Amino acid sequence: MNSTTSNNPTIGDSATFPQAPHVLHARTRVTPWRVVHPDEPLGSDRTDALDSETAVSTAGPIRASDSSRDLIIASGLTKAYRRHKTAVPVLKGVDFAAERGKITAIIGQSGSGKSTLLHLLGTLDRPDSGEIIFDGARIDSLPTRQQDRFRNRQLGMIFQFYHLLPELTLLENVLTPAMISYGALQYWRNGREIRERAKHLIEMVGLSHRMKHRPRELSGGEMQRTAIARALVTNPSLLLADEPTGNLDHETGSSILQLLRQLNEEHGLTIVMVTHDESIANQCDALVRLKGGKVERLEAQYWDALPSSI
Amino acid sequence: MYKFLLCMRYLRTRWIALASIVSVTLGVATLIVVNSVMEGFSTQMQERMHGILSDVVLETRSTMGIAQPGWYEERIRARLGDSVSGVTTVVTLPAMLTFQHNGNSHTSQINLIGIDQKTYASVSDFSKYLLHPENNERLDFVLKQSGYDPTRKHLQPSGWEYRQPLARYRKSSVDRLLEEAKTEEKRYQELQEKIQEQQEEGGNDTAINSLMAGPGIKIAGSTEPIKVFDAETEQRTGIVLGIGLGSLRRRDAEGRVDDYFFLRPGDDVQVTFPNAGTPPRGIDESFTVVDFYESKMSEYDSTFAFVPIEKLQHSRGMLDPRTGVGSVTSIQIKLKPGTDLNAARDALRDEFPPTHEFVEVRTWKDTQGPLLAAVQLETTILNILLFMIIAVAGFGILATFFMIVVEKTRDIGVLKSLGATGSGIATIFLGYGVLLGTVGAGIGLVCGLIFVWKINDIAKVIEWITGREVFDPTVYYFETIPTIIHPFMLVWVSIGAVLIAVLASVLPSIRAARMHPVEALRYE
Repeated sequence: MNSTTSNNPTIGDSATFPQAPHVLHARTRVTPWRVVHPDEPLGSDRTDALDSETAVSTAGPIRASDSSRDLIIASGLTKAYRRHKTAVPVLKGVDFAAERGKITAIIGQSGSGKSTLLHLLGTLDRPDSGEIIFDGARIDSLPTRQQDRFRNRQLGMIFQFYHLLPELTLLENVLTPAMISYGALQYWRNGREIRERAKHLIEMVGLSHRMKHRPRELSGGEMQRTAIARALVTNPSLLLADEPTGNLDHETGSSILQLLRQLNEEHGLTIVMVTHDESIANQCDALVRLKGGKVERLEAQYWDALPSSI
Repeated sequence: MYKFLLCMRYLRTRWIALASIVSVTLGVATLIVVNSVMEGFSTQMQERMHGILSDVVLETRSTMGIAQPGWYEERIRARLGDSVSGVTTVVTLPAMLTFQHNGNSHTSQINLIGIDQKTYASVSDFSKYLLHPENNERLDFVLKQSGYDPTRKHLQPSGWEYRQPLARYRKSSVDRLLEEAKTEEKRYQELQEKIQEQQEEGGNDTAINSLMAGPGIKIAGSTEPIKVFDAETEQRTGIVLGIGLGSLRRRDAEGRVDDYFFLRPGDDVQVTFPNAGTPPRGIDESFTVVDFYESKMSEYDSTFAFVPIEKLQHSRGMLDPRTGVGSVTSIQIKLKPGTDLNAARDALRDEFPPTHEFVEVRTWKDTQGPLLAAVQLETTILNILLFMIIAVAGFGILATFFMIVVEKTRDIGVLKSLGATGSGIATIFLGYGVLLGTVGAGIGLVCGLIFVWKINDIAKVIEWITGREVFDPTVYYFETIPTIIHPFMLVWVSIGAVLIAVLASVLPSIRAARMHPVEALRYE
């Protein structure tokens, strides 16, 4: 737990990964469908994008976070929205950590700030105070362009309402993050490889027969599967899910959860999921309960099973 | 890559945006049509004016004109050097034309131009506007047998074919008159004899008076036949009239445009003009119409009349009694193609300063300056107005784009959450603007070109629908609407339209780029 001093990680240095054995394990298994960016492989990209000199905060009131064990760490996050000159505080000092290769659920009632927390973790918004560390580097204070790049390369996001682009086919939707990542020329050059990967992902989520369909021709479950495939196409290390089953019936919802679990187990994907459903939250590895903009309780089913110090 | 894909998809799935650029299309098409027609019109007009007028004119208002034109010509050639391709001398006069038609005398005011047959063709396309093919080659002021533009039925017959039967008819009436005069004289002689008899008998006066009050005309003098000009075999000095002076343009029963000629080649006319004295006195001369002149510039066609310069110089008393050299009122100069007209004019103004010699130096553009400037101004104003229309279309695009950006708010949020940069999203909408502008301008270009290509057919259709004449040949002297398409004009009109479409999409693009991802995602 207090290994931070000895293991201040250097980002992009693969030597840090052995400290988290299960992550390493996951990454080796990920390799078969992994596309290495032609000029900027994932590792080097991190060095570019993230400020490696940012100090890692370990302070946390509930559980000491550890950047070797936790993929993303947030500490002391506050966020207020201004409405009619009065500031409405949403987050009032939240500490959060998501362990590598685990599924962490954020649960709370409506208005508890769970979605806001997720947006902050996904760099879609900036906190008023506090900091967010991803893989040892601070991300909340990065320039917008680097945050865009971070979201594109390191992060996958899925939403309650799927948010597929209605003009594009299923395949094109899945390819969108790759298209954003590559310039037109590079995309053209690596087109086949990227397409292969997208098709592989679509196959994995079980939609290969729907490749040419538009989102409006798909069912909710199919759309969410497409969204998952899209989130994974740039091979991110963290998946943020904003109530992924919130708009689905129980059966479809649980199949989506199964898919997420499968991804987590087979590829070591770290998942942070916002939900308000206790039964879903209970299936996750860790649980953060928000209430009124603060962390109420932190629960971890598997923490005891982990080695106490890596 | 995604930018291009989304642009194309938006273009294919949002036809309403295409509706917003219909005005761009219309604006572009209208600009092309207007510019082509105006260009065609002014080019034809300039060509004609330039064809009729020489490049530079030296003119005097003196009634006596310029004496010793040869000396002037030498000075002009010395000053302008090789750039002169032709010089001719001309006498121009205000004059009055009189002719008989259906027994009535008609007069009209004309510009009488005495031209030098040998050199006039070197400065002006004058002869190509004449009706007789031989006169097109070279004008000699001699009446031809026939063959004056056979396509005009109201001009047939003309030439000697027309003059001879007419002269014969007139001569026969004169002969009849002479015959009557002879019988009258005979009666008169008998009467004389009777009077003598009565005087011898010592009769009274009343009887004589009753006998004297006979009918008819009394021709005093000899019994010799009156010597008349024989119109059947002779012609007077030739004159070429502007076609508007000898014809009326009108429509026949079927609505076809048709010229009715009340004067034909072969008719005799009288021209009254001032002589060179002080004060000038009107003198009149008879001329025979030998051809018509049709430049399709109504101003010229209805006032110009050309006669040989020697005839005018002789009649007006412009010949130097000692040397026999004639004075002229203007010297016309044709320059080689590519010569700077204004420079040549300024050089001549310098050579002939108004303080020394009272001559005015003008280029043909100076002469027709107001008309050319008016056409130019019209084109400019139309262009400005039509670009205003395209600018209005630009605001339409702006509004539509704002709507589309609002409609696509969630998609913008999604793209941002997937890592698209603000500039990338702005590029989508800018690219969309470029695409729409290109499509709009392209369609407009094609429509405009088709319109120009088929403009005369379209005019006919519009005439048929509205029942009103679009392009009245009786007014414009053009049979069809003239058009000229400049590739440069097409390019700048298209670029202008695309530019306006792009400018209109800048603001919505910036708005899309600045959208906050969280708010965009939450947008319902």
